[in-house]
Amino acid sequence: MANAPAAVSPAPAMSGGPILKMTGVSKRFPGVLALENVHLEVGPSEIHALLGENGAGKSTLLKVLSGAQSADAGEIDLFGKPVAFATPYDAQRAGIVTIYQEFTLAPDMTIAENVFIGREPGSRLFVSWRRLAEETKVIAERIGLKRDPMTQVRDLSVAEQQLVEIARALSMRSRLIIMDEPTAALSETEVANLVRIVRALKAEGLSIIFVTHRLDEVFRLCDRYTVLRDGHYVASGQVAETNVEAVIRMMVGRDVGALYGERPIPEHGKVALEVEGLTRRRNARDPNAIELVDVSLKAHHGEILGLAGLVGAGRTETARAIFGADPFDHGTIRVDGKAVRFSSPRDAMSHGIGLVPEDRKKQALFLSLAIRTNMTIAAQAEVSRGWFIDESKEDVLIDEFRKLLSIRMASPEQAAGQLSGGNQQKIVLARWLALRPKILIVDEPTRGIDIGSKVEVHNLLIDMAKSGIAVIVISSELPEILAVSDRIVTMREGRVTGEIARTKATQEILMAMMTAHESGVAHVSGLSGDIS
Amino acid sequence: MSEARLEAAEDRGVDVFGFIARFAPTLFLIVLMLLFAIIEPRFLSQINLFNVMRQVSITGLLAVGMTFVILTAGIDLSVGSLLAFAGLVAAAVAKGGLENRFTVGEGGVGYGWFAAALAAIAVGLACGWLQGLAITRLKVPPFVVTLGGMSAFRGAALLFAAGGPISGFQPSFTWWGQGKIGPVPVPVIIFLLAALIAHVVLRYMRYGRQVYAVGGNPEAARLSGLNVNRIIMSVYVIMGFFAGLGSFVLAARLNSAEAVAGTGYELTVIASVVIGGTSLFGGAGTIFGTVIGSILIGVLLNGLVLMNVSSYIQQIVIGVIIVLAVAFDTFAKSRRRKV
Repeated sequence: MANAPAAVSPAPAMSGGPILKMTGVSKRFPGVLALENVHLEVGPSEIHALLGENGAGKSTLLKVLSGAQSADAGEIDLFGKPVAFATPYDAQRAGIVTIYQEFTLAPDMTIAENVFIGREPGSRLFVSWRRLAEETKVIAERIGLKRDPMTQVRDLSVAEQQLVEIARALSMRSRLIIMDEPTAALSETEVANLVRIVRALKAEGLSIIFVTHRLDEVFRLCDRYTVLRDGHYVASGQVAETNVEAVIRMMVGRDVGALYGERPIPEHGKVALEVEGLTRRRNARDPNAIELVDVSLKAHHGEILGLAGLVGAGRTETARAIFGADPFDHGTIRVDGKAVRFSSPRDAMSHGIGLVPEDRKKQALFLSLAIRTNMTIAAQAEVSRGWFIDESKEDVLIDEFRKLLSIRMASPEQAAGQLSGGNQQKIVLARWLALRPKILIVDEPTRGIDIGSKVEVHNLLIDMAKSGIAVIVISSELPEILAVSDRIVTMREGRVTGEIARTKATQEILMAMMTAHESGVAHVSGLSGDIS
Repeated sequence: MSEARLEAAEDRGVDVFGFIARFAPTLFLIVLMLLFAIIEPRFLSQINLFNVMRQVSITGLLAVGMTFVILTAGIDLSVGSLLAFAGLVAAAVAKGGLENRFTVGEGGVGYGWFAAALAAIAVGLACGWLQGLAITRLKVPPFVVTLGGMSAFRGAALLFAAGGPISGFQPSFTWWGQGKIGPVPVPVIIFLLAALIAHVVLRYMRYGRQVYAVGGNPEAARLSGLNVNRIIMSVYVIMGFFAGLGSFVLAARLNSAEAVAGTGYELTVIASVVIGGTSLFGGAGTIFGTVIGSILIGVLLNGLVLMNVSSYIQQIVIGVIIVLAVAFDTFAKSRRRKV
């Protein structure tokens, strides 16, 4: 406890053989085989991509490796010695640290306390705050975290919190860091920063297992890869010797074809939603809230409007203000030409507006409740007789959407938490479709779901627009924006910075629009902002 | 893991731990009853069993209300105090005013049982509404609001009664606590009827689904168009209703109301709900579980009394059982959901 880990010295370069070798790992849950005879080898100073669709067994494999679960069969060799971890603590002591998607930081404690939690430097009884700060600073500087070690974690951005997690891993002198979807919640610039840091760690001799759904990152960053599918080992090899199509084929087990095919921009109908001069000033009660400045946009019936921007650009805030989930100071919202102002989501819903929120698990799903409740909670009137739920009506509705959205589920009584990410997202979409909305805002529709489901969700959005719904899609993934939108509006720092037709847009143009400084005009076509 | 296969496994129902987790309180109750029946044959007599049920009925009524509260991840510590306060108001109404408190016997001066019951329920509703208001408008956590209520209502009861009991009601009043329909005590019928209605509300009504949704994920509930504040408010009002109803039945059973009535009831009531499998984190639980939990505690106490175990030891046993029951529940659930 008192033996303070000093600043980490780079791990000695391993000569030859892999530092980690998992062979024949199998894991069975009651009635289910989660892993069967899986292999994984990671070399020294290697960034290893672990790939597979949701449900392929990545998480289970990583849990076995990090001591969170035990395998039924198989061997793990670390630095040539067989090991078996009963707890995550064992794995950490052996040099393996896992950084999960959901961070494990204590928000009200300082950076330094979080980094050295449980291992604070000092005497047996007392913590030495001076050494705690100094040692944190040394590690923080290595990974470019430019914050006072005594800052509360609560005040950090998501990207900075991630750096604190990495700092903690380094403080434990880990040799192998497992990162589970580290880029899912980061903006493009933050991803670039993380890539730099991961490369630097590699240069120091650490190895990293990198789990991601974004294949471009694999080709940008990783040295080798291993692909799992349905709990089985499929292949591994050098990233340089393969390509995106081949990897997708391995993951999906079939040709997905062109993921994003050509699609003409459809004719759209009348203006469904018009937002004019939406403004929310900074206020004392919530100083961290993002400001909105004079946001104006239009969405037409039968059209998909893409809302692009970096994290913190104000896209989600705009959506929530329109939906009545957050208040705003001034601005006009018109639905089908009529000025409205919603004081609650309930209000917005009664005018035919739906919102699929950004964070599926925290804001949309009732994980412990049945699919039944999850699917019809917003549209209870559709499946009720007076004050009572009519379960036979409800079953008809559930069955309709199960088929329409091809949702894979055992029964309506199953808890939503047991479904895969893709199926969960479809449940949320079904919840809103059941209300037959005129306007549907979808925030990050495919975050954290696998490629197959992604394409399905995109096609669903396109079908919704075809049926006359005005669909607004918010996404941090530019390929997604380009795949589904008919028209794209970009935002930056709470302002609209431009508007462009999908046929004219490319990732590069959008990126420039999203990062350009805006010159004061609300609506700029293309790129007229002056870049200062 | 493959979701499809997981789903298939769930479907086939090979899930032993799932079954145990679901029916653990019931199984435990059966085992306990068998045990007592073997040790003390008197336990199984009809008189004794109805006796147990009558004792359970007051805390059981409160536990039915508490289930609504705990389903929204709330808590109500004020039920014992509210029981005393509302009971005194009912008693005063039945006696036709505080000045008649010492008139013993069956003098026809009061306002009758119906007015008394209405008064008790009105007090319960009002106090529940007040607490709900503080929770939803002032944003004070339920634990703190009802801790305040626990003290304030007890104080109100003492103030109202000036410290002394109010007793001696008409037979039409005491029938609600002491009477029988056939062999079944009236309080037991009230308790089971209330439980049945609550079960129907939670299981089959739109409102019931909304209660689970608010408890399961308040933010998601709000974004799904539910009026979260109104639903949270409503569960405290429901709790108040049951406290009012319970206070009336209790006063009728004891033929007396006093300011120290219901002391410590909050613990028994919350324990009944929790032993019955309702999660303190909200969103999971059933009225059936609560009924079983209430009976379980009653059976345990009764069995210990029949075995001449001292009341001090009874308290220790109850404490241990509460912890063990929840520990077992957690264990069985974790075995089931290991994914």
